[in-house]
Amino acid sequence: MAKVVFNIWRTNPSGGEFRAYETDITEGMVVLDAVHQIQAEHANDLAVRWNCKAGKCGSCSAEINGHPKLMCMTRMSDMPEGKPVSIQPMKAFPVIKDLVTDVSVNYRVKKSIKKFKPRSPDAPDGTWRMAQVDIDRVQEFRKCIECFLCQDVCHVLREHALHDKFAGPRHMVYNAALEMHPLDIEDRTGDLKNAHGIGFCNITKCCTTVCPENIHITDNAIIPLKERVADKFYDPLMKLFRIFSK
Amino acid sequence: MSGFGNTSRNDIWWVRPLLVFLGLSSFIVYATWAALQGEHYAIGPYLSPFYSPEIFGSSPHSWFGPKPSWWPMVLPFSPAMLILWAPGGMRFTCYYYRGAYYKSFWADPPACAVSEPRKTYLGENSFPLIMQNIHRYFLYLAVIFVFFLAHDAWKAMWFADPLTGEQTFGVGVGTLVLTLNATLLGGYTFGCHSFRHLIGGFKDRLSKSPVQRKLYNCASCLNRRHMNWAWFSLFGVMFADLYVRLCSMGIWTDWRIF
Repeated sequence: MAKVVFNIWRTNPSGGEFRAYETDITEGMVVLDAVHQIQAEHANDLAVRWNCKAGKCGSCSAEINGHPKLMCMTRMSDMPEGKPVSIQPMKAFPVIKDLVTDVSVNYRVKKSIKKFKPRSPDAPDGTWRMAQVDIDRVQEFRKCIECFLCQDVCHVLREHALHDKFAGPRHMVYNAALEMHPLDIEDRTGDLKNAHGIGFCNITKCCTTVCPENIHITDNAIIPLKERVADKFYDPLMKLFRIFSK
Repeated sequence: MSGFGNTSRNDIWWVRPLLVFLGLSSFIVYATWAALQGEHYAIGPYLSPFYSPEIFGSSPHSWFGPKPSWWPMVLPFSPAMLILWAPGGMRFTCYYYRGAYYKSFWADPPACAVSEPRKTYLGENSFPLIMQNIHRYFLYLAVIFVFFLAHDAWKAMWFADPLTGEQTFGVGVGTLVLTLNATLLGGYTFGCHSFRHLIGGFKDRLSKSPVQRKLYNCASCLNRRHMNWAWFSLFGVMFADLYVRLCSMGIWTDWRIF
């Protein structure tokens, strides 16, 4: 058993500050266990959002030693030995209390994305036929647990707070899941260029780095969408090709 | 937390952008120097990739003979200056390099979850960076260059007899260097995000086009290691030029394997 110091962000009327708590760490503990232990032993009023403790609900997102991570999936054994561990709320969103942030902006952005619009049914009984190879590509995007760590680390939102101009990586993944779906016939490229500001992404790949579901957000979602936007708005040869292929 | 470099990260986050800065800077300095030399870029069947294709120039590899008479006197001439803008443009607008140099050269951001020096941000949404969308046109040129370099690697397998002038098949260390260079550049170019899109990624139903699906899968496979291809091909092309240059200067000897 080892004692570890945790510097946890606590809100107060003037904003907030880091407060130090010391607690015992035993084998197999994750950061969320330690936070719960601190909550039980030292700070009953410490606010922390959590649910499944299995890396599937996406609730316990926070910044651990400055890295956006899920607290339930961050092992204490991976923390630097003998050094205090800092835990703070996600920087890209307004703080409600302590480690809990208001992520509701994401739900508003998601609502603004054009819904799934399937082509006419393939069979007389009103059903469709899809090949597995066609659906493989979008299945990766369905792994998203909406933890919003990608939104948090994205510097466009984190540093520049451009929530009203740039939809962010999570919503690029959602757009990609719909746009690349083999049944979908809706065109979202106009919205991607304008309302969702895909041009703001400068491909730093930070979103991919922090994704707990290992979705290749930049390579498989954002860049292919950027290419589709380029097809439609920035490529004169493609424009000619479209005219002649009609 | 705000202000340039502010972060709660306690790892050595600045090492990676620093290495990228040093790596890209050293390439830019070397490539500019080598391109401006205008000599020692060919020996025997070997032609430096910085000078290929040699449209005008003094070596036997030149397509249309020596420096053209219409070349402005005030401008220094080097065969590399006529062509290097194309592969340079490909790398400058490449999705991987963009992310890398925005961080390392422009601190936008310096690293993930590290504060930036500027408050305003336009990204690639407006001029000048909106021009990065030209990437696919540089890709078209880069694909042609890969074929030229593959042809150079093939030509590097045919050595002229000094007495009879007869061409005989052989492999020297330079042949391997130029072949490796063409392979690395091929891996980089055909794993490009734009190539992956144009070869099939633009379609939602690839099951109906089996050949296109195979090509898309191949491009995706290369794309998964695009960063590695980008760096290895960058240093590969630099080393290939250095090899030909030092052999041409008589500093290194090209060993014939057979």
